Amino acid sequence: MPAVIEVQNLHKSYGDTVAVDDVSFTVQEGEIFGILGPNGAGKTTTVECVEGLRRPDRGEISVLGLDPQRDRAELTQGLGVQLQDGELPNRLKVGEALALYSSFYRAPADWRALMDALGLASKSSTRYGKLSGGQKQRLSIALALVGNPRVAVLDELTTGLDPQARRDTWQLIEDVRSRGVTIVLVTHFMEEAERLCDRIALIDTGRVVAVDTPDGLTERVQTEQRIRFRPSVPFDETLLTSLPDVTGVIHRGDVVVVTGNDNALNAVTSVLARNNIVAQQLRVEQASLEDAFIALTGRHPETGQHASQSRPGQD
Amino acid sequence: MSVTTTAAPPTAASRPGLWRLTVTELKLFIRERVGPIWGVGFPLLLLIIFGSIHSFNKPQKDFGGATTLDIYVPVLIAFSIAILALSALPMVLAGYREKGILRRLRTTPMGPVRLLTAQLAVNFAVTVVVVIVILVVARLGYGVALPKQLAGFVIAVLLAAAALLAVGLFVAATAGSGRAAQAIGTILFFPMMFFAGLWVPIAQMPKLLRYISHGTPLGAAVQALQRASEGHWPHPQQLLVMAAYAVVFGLASARLFRWE
Repeated sequence: MPAVIEVQNLHKSYGDTVAVDDVSFTVQEGEIFGILGPNGAGKTTTVECVEGLRRPDRGEISVLGLDPQRDRAELTQGLGVQLQDGELPNRLKVGEALALYSSFYRAPADWRALMDALGLASKSSTRYGKLSGGQKQRLSIALALVGNPRVAVLDELTTGLDPQARRDTWQLIEDVRSRGVTIVLVTHFMEEAERLCDRIALIDTGRVVAVDTPDGLTERVQTEQRIRFRPSVPFDETLLTSLPDVTGVIHRGDVVVVTGNDNALNAVTSVLARNNIVAQQLRVEQASLEDAFIALTGRHPETGQHASQSRPGQD
Repeated sequence: MSVTTTAAPPTAASRPGLWRLTVTELKLFIRERVGPIWGVGFPLLLLIIFGSIHSFNKPQKDFGGATTLDIYVPVLIAFSIAILALSALPMVLAGYREKGILRRLRTTPMGPVRLLTAQLAVNFAVTVVVVIVILVVARLGYGVALPKQLAGFVIAVLLAAAALLAVGLFVAATAGSGRAAQAIGTILFFPMMFFAGLWVPIAQMPKLLRYISHGTPLGAAVQALQRASEGHWPHPQQLLVMAAYAVVFGLASARLFRWE
């Protein structure tokens, strides 16, 4: 598949502050490519250079074979952009906004169909100021797609959406991709990146730490798994510590936490079964994308409330 | 399909877009209410009130035989231009920047420059309509003669609008937010309208104030409109003052205007 976006050694500073130090990556046609990193990592600056909103200090960028600075006018026809925090006039109606923005393009999408697809049809004559946060966000996505772009850059797509609206939006993005649109997704939200992205560029302090599939990233840090359970009866720890696949056993109150390699679960459950010990509330914790993130960047993603959702057994 | 085969001149697609953008901005202008109420309704209301005052319709020796209403029609036109340019325009543009609308336009083939074009077009168009309505109501309702030097009058109106819109753009360029822009616009409005003769007709001002008035865009505008109403060409100095404001503030805005 041909590359639709190529970024080579991108560097951008604001005064003394280096926003993007050295970023390179390639986005293939038809994929959902994630740019993942903590706040202030340089994600937004990177995509703003790709969109042509900012002029890089150094480095090469090619989008659909165009130079984002030199060929801006042509680029905007093929690149749809959903900006973080972009609003509209409060008194502009949903239908008017879509009709207006579709008139900017040579070969726009059918804005009424798009309005339907985003669940905004009933809001056609509602003013922007009266929309809920989720509806505003969906309208913003619709405006990014109304030009029928070949590439869409979506920045912090689901921030501010409730869980249901977030899942609906993810479905929508998958639908858009299945129509052949290449998608660049900027996010600091692990579950979103894990669920949607074919490949992820992990960015930290203005540099690319790794580019890989979500599974590839987690495999890099998956050294051991943790097995937690509440034994039905007390037992001798050496039963487990003697197993070659187990590296450690800890008691936390009446809960036992066993660490070990990929085979540890099998070994532990067989030993327990042989000794007629029932492992109640058995949970296995595997490395998640978040663990990979922390291991590769040495910091916790600043997602706050959402980061722990996908990880069972964390307390 | 390659990119180059589908390429067409960018303007080909944006001409209908620019028209739609202008129409949309006009709708929003009407819905926003500041412009229609204060820029259109209020000057008309003042015209009707002044026209209903009996003594305002009598020729005054102080005004060289003109009636007070004759003197006030250009002032009310200046009032309308000032509201549109100093209050409505900066509030909208600075608000658009604050909300990221100009930034969003930068990512589309339309671009934010055409939004400025659309906004200026809307304000010019509304100004022309208001001027015509004021002249017609004054003529039909209160017997105020139509401008005797029509070409001079039209030029004075357009230059006055250009000068004030340039100042309004400058306010929009330098103000941080829509609210700040509106506040600055309002602060500029009162002294400008004072020197345009809203409270004291320019002819009755003390000499010093009259000199200052000659150098303000609306003072120059009102005097140019009065001369044209009476059948003379506006004085070159009056036209030059307005043109200078338009050029200086227009260039300064172009330099200082930020899209985000």
